[in-house]
Amino acid sequence: MIELADIWRTYTMGGEELHALAGVSETIEKGEHVAVMGPSGSGKSTLLNMLGCLDRPTSGSYRLAGREVGDLPDTELSRVRQTEIGFVFQSYPLVARLDAAANVELPMVFAGIGRAERRERVRRAMQAVGIEGRAKHRPAEMSGGQRQRVAIARATVMEPKILLADEPTGNLDSASGTQVLDLLDRMSADGLTLIVVTHDPGVARRADRIVVLGDGRIVRRMAGSQVTDLARLFSGSEA
Amino acid sequence: MRPLDLLGLAWGALAGQRLRAGLSLVGVAVGVAAVVVLTALGEGARRYVSGQFESLGTNLLIVIPGKNETTGSIPGIGGAPNDLTLEDAEALARRIPQAELVVPLAVGNETVSRGERRRQVTVIGATDGFLEARRLAMRSGSFLPEADWDRASPVAVLGSQLATELFEHENPLGGVVRVGEARARVIGILEQRGTQLGVNMDDLVIVPVASAMQFFDRRSLFRVLIQVGVHTEIALAEQRVIDILAERHGEEDVTCLTQDAVSGALGGILAVLTLAVAGIAGVSLTVAGIGIMNVMLVSVSERTPEVGLLRAMGARRRQILALFLVEAVLLSSAGGVIGLTASWLATQLVMLWYPSFPAQPPAWAIGASLALSLVVGALFGVLPARGASRLDPVIALGGK
Repeated sequence: MIELADIWRTYTMGGEELHALAGVSETIEKGEHVAVMGPSGSGKSTLLNMLGCLDRPTSGSYRLAGREVGDLPDTELSRVRQTEIGFVFQSYPLVARLDAAANVELPMVFAGIGRAERRERVRRAMQAVGIEGRAKHRPAEMSGGQRQRVAIARATVMEPKILLADEPTGNLDSASGTQVLDLLDRMSADGLTLIVVTHDPGVARRADRIVVLGDGRIVRRMAGSQVTDLARLFSGSEA
Repeated sequence: MRPLDLLGLAWGALAGQRLRAGLSLVGVAVGVAAVVVLTALGEGARRYVSGQFESLGTNLLIVIPGKNETTGSIPGIGGAPNDLTLEDAEALARRIPQAELVVPLAVGNETVSRGERRRQVTVIGATDGFLEARRLAMRSGSFLPEADWDRASPVAVLGSQLATELFEHENPLGGVVRVGEARARVIGILEQRGTQLGVNMDDLVIVPVASAMQFFDRRSLFRVLIQVGVHTEIALAEQRVIDILAERHGEEDVTCLTQDAVSGALGGILAVLTLAVAGIAGVSLTVAGIGIMNVMLVSVSERTPEVGLLRAMGARRRQILALFLVEAVLLSSAGGVIGLTASWLATQLVMLWYPSFPAQPPAWAIGASLALSLVVGALFGVLPARGASRLDPVIALGGK
C-alpha cells in the first residue's frame, strides 16, 4: 500500500540545512495499523504530512498503491488526498460556522458529489461514529469527543484507503479518548489502513506495530505489544 | 464542485462575519447609488434642456448670415459676408413651398423709457409670424399686425415684466413708450414665459422688423426663422434656403441651424458632463472595492486554518480561489443591488419634489454600475483569493 524509499525532507533555514526526514524507508501493508512515535522534533509530523500528500519529499520515492506520488503536481496530489486519504488532527478542527452534518459533507462538496448521495453518505458516516443525533449541532455545542468523532466521520466519508491520525486523543479526557480509539480500532479491523502519530504509549499499544523516529530516521521498529519497553525508553511518559 | 454548492459555501462564510461584510456592502451600495443618482441627474438635465428646445417646435430652421466654415476665398477679398436683407427673407418666403412661416429678425439692445422710468432691454424686430414660431402667447392686447415687412410702424409689444416695470398698475395698452429715440404705442403684452434659449422673454420689446432696423441703422437681419410644415421636409427646405441665397448673393454665405442640431450639440455637451460626473462617482466604487479587498484579506488570514483543512481534504487551489472570489463578488453584487434600490428611491424623491425635472437614470448607467460592482468584487477579490489558494496546506494547518 505504502512504500517509502530513502525519503528526505530538507528545509533551509537561515542558510542552514535542516533534515526533518533523513532517509526514511518503510513499507506499510493494506489494512495495517501502525503507530509512529518519537520525541518532539523527531520528524513525526513531517512524515505524516508526507504520507498524506500534503508535503513532497525533497528526495526519495513514495509509492502509494503502486503509483509514484512524490513528484505529482498539486492538482493531482489534491485528488489523491480527496480519494485515498483521510486526516484526523489533534485539535479536531471543524469549520465553526457549519453544523456537524455540513462539516462531514464538506469533502464531498469539493469532490462534486450530488446532494442526495451526500445526504445519504453523511447519515451513514455519522451513524458509524455514533453521533447521528448531533447532525444539527455546531462544533461549539459539542464536547471534544463528539467533535473528534465528527472529524473522523468527515475523514472517512469519502471512503479513503488510508486514515492518518495526528495525536487523535491528545486533547481528550481518557473516557472520550478511549471511545475514539475504539472507533479507530474498529475501522482498522474493517480493513482501513490506519497510521497514528502519538506520544502516548497507551495509544501506540493498540497498533500492530510501532515505528519510532529520532532525528528524522527510524531508530526502532517493534510490535505494538512491546510498547512497555518503550515506556522505559521515554522514562516517565507512561500514561 | 457544483456552482450552487460553491454559492452556498460562500454565502455561509459571509454570514459568519456579518458586521464586516455588511460594512463593505454598504460601501459598494453607496458607490453604485452615487453613480446611478448622478447620471440620473445629468440625464435629467439633458432631457430638461432638450425638452426646452422641443417646446419651440422641432420644425424650425434658423438662417444666420455668414458661413461658419472656412471658405475657399482669399482673405481680404469678399471676406465680410453679404448682408442678409429683408428682400432675401421675402424671397425665401415666396420661393420655399415647404415653409409655413418665415420670420425676419433684427435684434439689439436699446433703452426703453416711459417718463422717468427707463430700462435697457433686448429689442426684437420681428413680424407677425414670430408669435407662432416662438410659441409665445399674449396676455392682453394683440401681437404685431400682419403688414408689409418693409413698412416701419410705431407700435410695440412688451414682455410682461417690462410692462410692469414701466407701467406699474396702469394699463399699458395704448400707452406710449420711447424705444431709443422713437416713440411707439403699446399694442400688446406677452404672457409670462421665462427664459427661452438665453433670452428673458419677459423683459423685452418686440417691434416691427423695419422699425428695429431703423433704430439700429442696420441693413442686415440678425437671422431669419423658417418654420417648416412637416419635420421631414427640414432638410429639403434647408437646401432650398442655401440655393436661393447663393443665387441672390453670388456665393454660399449663410449658415442654417436646425433645432435638432442645436439641441443635439447641447445634449452632447451634457452627456459628456454626465459621464464625467459618473466617472467621479466611479471613484467611490473603487474605494468600495478596496474595502472589499480589506474584508477579504482579513477573512483569508482568519480562515487560514480552514483553508489548510479544506486543502487536506482534497480541495484544489482553483476551488479555494473560486470560493473566496465568489465571496467577494457576492458581497459586491449584493451591494450593487442595494445601491440600485437606494438610487431608485432617491430619484423618485427628486421627481416628487421637482416634477418638471425628469431625473431618470439611463438604462446604461444601471447596467454599467451593476456590472462595475461585479467587476470591482472580482478585481479586488482576486488578490486575497489568490493568497488563500497559494497557502501551503502544511503551514496553513498551523504546522500541526
